[in-house]
Amino acid sequence: MAKFEKANSVNEWLDQRLAVETLKRVLSTEYWIPKDINFLWAMGMVLAATFGVLLISGIFLLMYYKPDANLAFDSVNYVIMSEVGYGWLWRHIHGVGASVVFLIIYIHMFTGIYYGSYKKGRELIWLSGMLLFVAFSAEAFSGYMLPWGQMSYWAGMVITNLFSGGSLEAYGLVEWIRGDYVPGDAFLTRFFMLHVLLIPLVIIGLIVLHFGSLRIPHVNNQEGAEIDFEEAAELYKAGKKKESKVIPFNPVFLSKDVFVMGVYFILFFYLVFYHFNFAMDPVNFDPADGLMTPAHIYPEWYFLWSYEILRPFPKDPGLIAFGIAQAALFFLPFIDRSPNVAPAHKRGLFFVWFWVLIVDMIVLTVLGKLPPEGIFNTLGTVAAVIFLLLGPALIVITKFEKKL
Amino acid sequence: MRELKILAVVVFFTLVTYWGVEPFAHSQMHKHVEGHGFTYNGEADIKEAEAGVVKAKESGSKEAEAQAKVEAKKSFWADVEKIAQLQGNAANGEAAFATCLGCHNGSGVNMGGVIPPNLDHAGVLYDKNYLIALIKDPAMASNVDHKYEDTMTHPMGSIKTMVTDDQQIADIVAYMQEKMAGEVTSKQAFDEACARCHAMRYAKTTQLGDTPTFKYEKDALAHKIKVIEEQEMVKAYMGKLPPDLSIMIRARSEHFMETFVENPQAQLPGTSMPRVGLSHEGYEKVKAYLEEVGDPSKPAREAIGPWVLLFFVVFTVLAYLWKKSQWKDLH
Repeated sequence: MAKFEKANSVNEWLDQRLAVETLKRVLSTEYWIPKDINFLWAMGMVLAATFGVLLISGIFLLMYYKPDANLAFDSVNYVIMSEVGYGWLWRHIHGVGASVVFLIIYIHMFTGIYYGSYKKGRELIWLSGMLLFVAFSAEAFSGYMLPWGQMSYWAGMVITNLFSGGSLEAYGLVEWIRGDYVPGDAFLTRFFMLHVLLIPLVIIGLIVLHFGSLRIPHVNNQEGAEIDFEEAAELYKAGKKKESKVIPFNPVFLSKDVFVMGVYFILFFYLVFYHFNFAMDPVNFDPADGLMTPAHIYPEWYFLWSYEILRPFPKDPGLIAFGIAQAALFFLPFIDRSPNVAPAHKRGLFFVWFWVLIVDMIVLTVLGKLPPEGIFNTLGTVAAVIFLLLGPALIVITKFEKKL
Repeated sequence: MRELKILAVVVFFTLVTYWGVEPFAHSQMHKHVEGHGFTYNGEADIKEAEAGVVKAKESGSKEAEAQAKVEAKKSFWADVEKIAQLQGNAANGEAAFATCLGCHNGSGVNMGGVIPPNLDHAGVLYDKNYLIALIKDPAMASNVDHKYEDTMTHPMGSIKTMVTDDQQIADIVAYMQEKMAGEVTSKQAFDEACARCHAMRYAKTTQLGDTPTFKYEKDALAHKIKVIEEQEMVKAYMGKLPPDLSIMIRARSEHFMETFVENPQAQLPGTSMPRVGLSHEGYEKVKAYLEEVGDPSKPAREAIGPWVLLFFVVFTVLAYLWKKSQWKDLH
C-alpha cells in the first residue's frame, strides 16, 4: 500500500486519495481554450445545461408518469398538471426544453460547419456530435410517445411504418419493433424504457466521448488559426495574458459561458411561462385514438426538414433519399476536400454553399409542416433535390478551393 | 459589435423558422372561419346553403332541393328577425312558459336521445335571437336540420305545434330574459349549456351531472351503469359519443373554439353537434370553466413567471459583471 501522510485539511485528504488538485488543473484551471472566440462557442455549455434541465425535470415527471396505454394520458394531463404541486412547471420545462435543445443543437452544428471545426484532427468531435444528434433525436421521438395523445400515437404509427422499407414490405420488422400489430401497450412501455433509461445512458456516454474528443485537437477559434497551446499556456501562466492566445476554461471561459447561459435562460423561461404552445402540440391533447386519424400528421419542428425529404418522392426513392439525408451529415469531414480550416467567409464558394444549406433546410422545415398540395409540393421536391445535390457540390467546390 | 451582428443573424433565421412552422403553417392548415361575435342572424346558415347549391350544380344532382333549402333558411331567419322586433310581455310569457316545463323540469330524464337542458339561466347564457329561433324551429335554429327528414322529429320539434304565435314566442323569450337571468357561475354555465352531452372526467362530471362519492362499491358501480346507459342513448342520437371536454381548451385554438361554438357546421361540416346559441357572456363563462378544469395552472404561471424571469435577469447582470472582470486583462 502507498504511504499516506496525515492530512491537514479535507482538501488535502481528498487530494491524497483522489488527486483532486491534479484533476482540477487538468479539467478546468489549466484546460486551455482559444481567446479568439464569440458567443457561439458557449453553445456547448448551453447544451449541457439544457440537458441537465431536461434530466432534472424528467426525474420529477418520472415519479408520477404511468407507462400504461390506459393511464398514461391522464397521468400526464390530469395528475401531473392538476394534482402534483408544480407538476405543470416540470412538464412545461421538459416540453419546452425538448424543443429548444434542438434549436441549440442546430446552432452548435452550423457553427461547427461555418468555422470548419470538423477538419484536420477534429473529425471525431464532429462524428461524436452527430451520434449525439441521433441519440437526442431518438430520445425526442421516444419521449413524444409518452403522453399517448393523438400525435404520439400517429407519429408512432408513421415512423415505425418506415421500417417496412417501402416495397420490401418488411411488416414483420415493424411488428417486432411495435411488439404488436399497431402501437399499443407493448409499444408504449418499450418506448418508455428507451426514453428514461437506455437512450439517456447512451447520451451521457456520448457526451463524455464528445468532450474527450476535444482534448487533443483543442477547441477551434474564429479564424481557424493553428495555435501552439503549450507555448500560449506558458505565456498565460507567466502573466502575459495579453500576448497569450489562450484562456483557461475555468474561470475565464466559463465566465462568458455563464453570461450567455443567463441570456439563454431568460428566453427559455419566457417560453416556459408565456409561450409554450409551440412545443406542446394542441393535437396531442386529444387522447390516442386508433380509429381517428388527425387531419394533419407532422413531426415536431426539428424533424420537419428530413420529413420533407421523404415526402415529395414516390415511396421507394423517398425512403432512399430520407436515408441519405440522415447519414449525409456524418460524412462532412470526409467530403470536404479542402485543407483550409477557416471561417466560411474566407473560403470563397464554400460560403455560398453554407448559406444555400441553411436556407434550403429552413425551406424544407417550413414545407414539412405545410399540407403537401399544389405549389408546396413542387417547392418541396425542388428543395429536397437541392439538399441531395449539396453533397456532391461540396466535393467539387472544396476540391478546387484555393489553399489559404 | 461583431458578436451582435452574429446574434442578429442567428435571431433572424430562428424567427423565420418559427414564423414558418407556427403562424404561417397553421394559417395554411386550418381553413379560416369568420366569427360573428355570438350574434345569430342566420347569415352563416344561408351562406352554407348557398354553397350547397354550387356543389349540387357541380355534381348535377338535387339542385332543386338545395335551392329550396336556401329559400327555407332565408325565410326562417327573416321571420326570426321579425319576431325580434316585437315587444315581448314577460307576464304573458310566464303563462306560456308552462308548456316548456313539461320537458324542462330538471328531472334529468332522457327524452328522445338527450336530457332536456336546465333553463335556470337561459336568459343570460343564450342569445335573444337564438332563443326565438329555437322556439320557432329547434332544428333550423341549431343548424342541424340536415339530420331530419322533417324537423318535427327533432326531440324538441313538437314545440312547433305548441307555440305557434309569433307574439307568444316574443313573450316567452322576454320572460326568460327577465326571470331566468341573474348571476351564473362558470360551472353552472357549463352544466346548463354543455354537460348533458359532454362529460368532463377531470371535473368528475358525466352526462348525469356531478358524480357523487359512494360509500359502497356496489353503489358506485350502479351509478356507473346508469352513466353508461345515458351515454348509450346520447350516442344513439348523436351518432357518436360527444368528446370529453376535460382539456379541450388546450386541444383547440381559441379561434376554433369560438367559431365552433357559434356554428359547429362551419368547422365540422355535417357534424351532429347542434349550435347551442351561447351569448358572448355565456361563452365567456363556459370558457372560464373549461380553463379552470383544463388549464388550472394559468394563475400560478402568471404569478410565478415574472419572478423567475427577474431572477434570470439579475443572474445575467451579475454574470456579465463577472465576465467583465475576468476578461479585462485579456486584450
